[in-house]
Amino acid sequence: MIDRPSLAAIRFGFGLPLPEGAPVEPAMMLAALAGPDLAAFDFPASGLADVLPVLQAAQAGRMAMRAAPEDRAAYAAAAREAAKIADIATRSQFARALDSPDGFRERLVRFWADHFTTKPRNRPETTLPGALIEDAIRPHVAGRFGDMLEAAVLHPAMLAYLDQVASVGPGSRFGKRRGRGLNENLAREVLELHTLGVGAGYGQSDVREMAELLTGLDATAAEGALFRRERAEPGPETVLGKTYSGEGMAPIRAALQDLAQRPETALHLARKLAVHFVADDPDPDLVGAIAAAYRQSGGGLLAAYEALLAHPAAWVQTLGKARQPLDFTLAALRALGWRGRDVMAFGARPLRRFILRPMAVMGQEWGRPNGPDGWPESVESWITPQGLGARIAWAMEVPDRLVKTLPDPEDFARTALGPAADARLLWAVARAETRREGVGLVLASPAFNRR
Amino acid sequence: MDRRFFLRGLAGAACSVTAAPLLTSVTFAQGAGLGENRLVVVILRGGMDGLDVVRPLDLPDFARWRPSLSEGSLPLVGPFALHPGLSGLSGLWRAGELGFVHATSTPYRDKRSHFDGQILLEAGTGMDVEAGASRDGWLNRMLQAVPGLRADTAYAIGREALPLLAGQGPSRSWTPEVKLTLSAQSQLLLDHIYHEDALFRDSGAEAMALSEALSLAQMDAPEAPAQDQAAMPGEDRPHPDIDRLVDFAALRLRAETRIAAFSLNGWDTHRGQRAALNRPLSRLQRVVLRLRAQAGAEVWGRTVLIAMTEFGRTVRENGSGGTDHGTGGAMLLAGGALRGGQVLGAWPGLAEADLYAGRDLMPTSDVRAWAAWAMRGLYGLDRAVLEGAVFPGLDMGARPALIL
Repeated sequence: MIDRPSLAAIRFGFGLPLPEGAPVEPAMMLAALAGPDLAAFDFPASGLADVLPVLQAAQAGRMAMRAAPEDRAAYAAAAREAAKIADIATRSQFARALDSPDGFRERLVRFWADHFTTKPRNRPETTLPGALIEDAIRPHVAGRFGDMLEAAVLHPAMLAYLDQVASVGPGSRFGKRRGRGLNENLAREVLELHTLGVGAGYGQSDVREMAELLTGLDATAAEGALFRRERAEPGPETVLGKTYSGEGMAPIRAALQDLAQRPETALHLARKLAVHFVADDPDPDLVGAIAAAYRQSGGGLLAAYEALLAHPAAWVQTLGKARQPLDFTLAALRALGWRGRDVMAFGARPLRRFILRPMAVMGQEWGRPNGPDGWPESVESWITPQGLGARIAWAMEVPDRLVKTLPDPEDFARTALGPAADARLLWAVARAETRREGVGLVLASPAFNRR
Repeated sequence: MDRRFFLRGLAGAACSVTAAPLLTSVTFAQGAGLGENRLVVVILRGGMDGLDVVRPLDLPDFARWRPSLSEGSLPLVGPFALHPGLSGLSGLWRAGELGFVHATSTPYRDKRSHFDGQILLEAGTGMDVEAGASRDGWLNRMLQAVPGLRADTAYAIGREALPLLAGQGPSRSWTPEVKLTLSAQSQLLLDHIYHEDALFRDSGAEAMALSEALSLAQMDAPEAPAQDQAAMPGEDRPHPDIDRLVDFAALRLRAETRIAAFSLNGWDTHRGQRAALNRPLSRLQRVVLRLRAQAGAEVWGRTVLIAMTEFGRTVRENGSGGTDHGTGGAMLLAGGALRGGQVLGAWPGLAEADLYAGRDLMPTSDVRAWAAWAMRGLYGLDRAVLEGAVFPGLDMGARPALIL
């Protein structure tokens, strides 16, 4: 029998032991979420305002190289600066997850960062996905989905990743003069991934009209996201039967807000939340309750989380999900006693060797999901022979390199798993030949890899 | 009909009888397995632009649709020319070890989602089955139809799970990057811990057995160097991750394995396609060339590789030098057991009225039919099994001249 506080830590946080002051009852978890974002304060990372000067420097460096190919110093310096920002973004995300008592917030940030996946197209842009999380996800994680949607879709990271910066209204002044036209990529993914879901009743004409509506959006290193009237397709566009006219960003923002209010969006988001946190095949009643709360609150995320936490299906004893490799690694680090400051101070090479590269072999290369649909959810997609093999290898070989003295394996089982440590596991751990192997058995166990 | 013509293929092959008999010596009922022939399936994720890989260059409409996407083409056959990014394969084409199918697609239509498209491609089902409803992949269902197979008959290779080979049929799933060395005691204890959790029990047993048998590569192996430096399109160059994967596949295929499958990403070329397609093509080309070299002449001579994608891309270049999600596309076929040197499939034409939904290449065949004919040719599987169990509801049509 796993008690509710432990279940809260395993299912809605990064595992045991619970950080000091961690809220474990729904009301307290929601209150913490509604409060200030303390983890971002403790471990700050760069938003767009810090990133744009680096992108400008990279652009200037590229111009210099174009003029004189041997003149690489300026670009190289900007790329180094970008790598530094991206490195801090990575470490901060680990450190927040390790230290914050508000683990649910950190899990939700990962969930929404995955929902709005972006990937860099070149070295300077490795700064952008992290900036989107700081600018668009964290400020709205307990707010309204429509606001998060606007902030994420209109963020330069997204405009660049899904090619909106290359889309031009074919009937616009710029489009006619240069013979340029539409690029449907962002429009399609906004409907399919970000809002309605692929099963919803939209068609190719909605995708095309949405693409026309989004024309004019651009992003530059100097200004970030902006609207260029001369690239916007003239005339009104009709998406899902509603016509948007007018100039500038206003009709685009209106369309995004309308999409956020659609019942298909409510259902799509509710299902994704239930699948991510509770079960690969969640109770339809749980999905329905989340969707209803979302709709009734006009797209409020806190209300949706409240419905999730209030539902009995969210507290079943069965641990039906697999920890993704990031969750697995974070939970292991936390159980081994690592704190945020340890991640911040860890050398670059050991960070790659002991943490990031093994995660990639487990199937989750940091920041590099295959496509804009983010990481898979099902337990079968993670607990494969190669994925589990990589986890066992890490569990057996790496902890020894991360802490001075490994804990007693039986104590470690209780620290890392609490009441989820079953008799079978404790029996085996007591019979390990070395501490290293005993700790490895705990980390390789189903109890530790499920949530 | 004047701009339409048929190439040798599904439509044209009904009357052409292949010279070599099909390999019917294998008797499955006696548990002899799949015999000596090898099938390698490569899933190209992201939607490969078939019209750019195999360009109908000599058709008058092509230059109109694709003003910036025709440079450097190498003539193949008829109106078709090869993308320069695959020019390293021209020797194979001349040797009859490389071929293509054009204007083909899965039954997936209209929504043009990568993710549903890939689900359908790997499930091998039609549009009558909801995406995600199928529990196994078509390549696994083929294995289920053959009695007496061992688990290492088929390998899904790579870090990610591959739905194509998932299912009850015996198969393995592994990446050569995992190296696991466990003491005998730890193995026993892990067996004990995993005993009551079927998923961990099966995956764990598999992982321990495989890493013991195949400890080839190490987690500490150097990562692929950044591929920033420019290369000539079509130049054969190493891709460390691909090489590791293909070397592993070749090693297995030289031993007991008859089926190998993996996936390659990076085909979603919405913009700047002239530059963007070079990298995925270089990787695909490397797969073919490296596999040929590592498999050895005898195994390569009994191998067919099929590379397939979830959909083709728009006929018209989009506004940013790329192409958007479309319908009809192309398949790449390679191997010493292939009757290569052909571009198969009925050609639908490129006039406005010929297009699917006024924007995409019209599919004239089902990718599943080509895969089915390849499996029939390689393994002698019954047509009823292929059209019923492996690809439910498929009509394979007339036999194409696909396998030697």
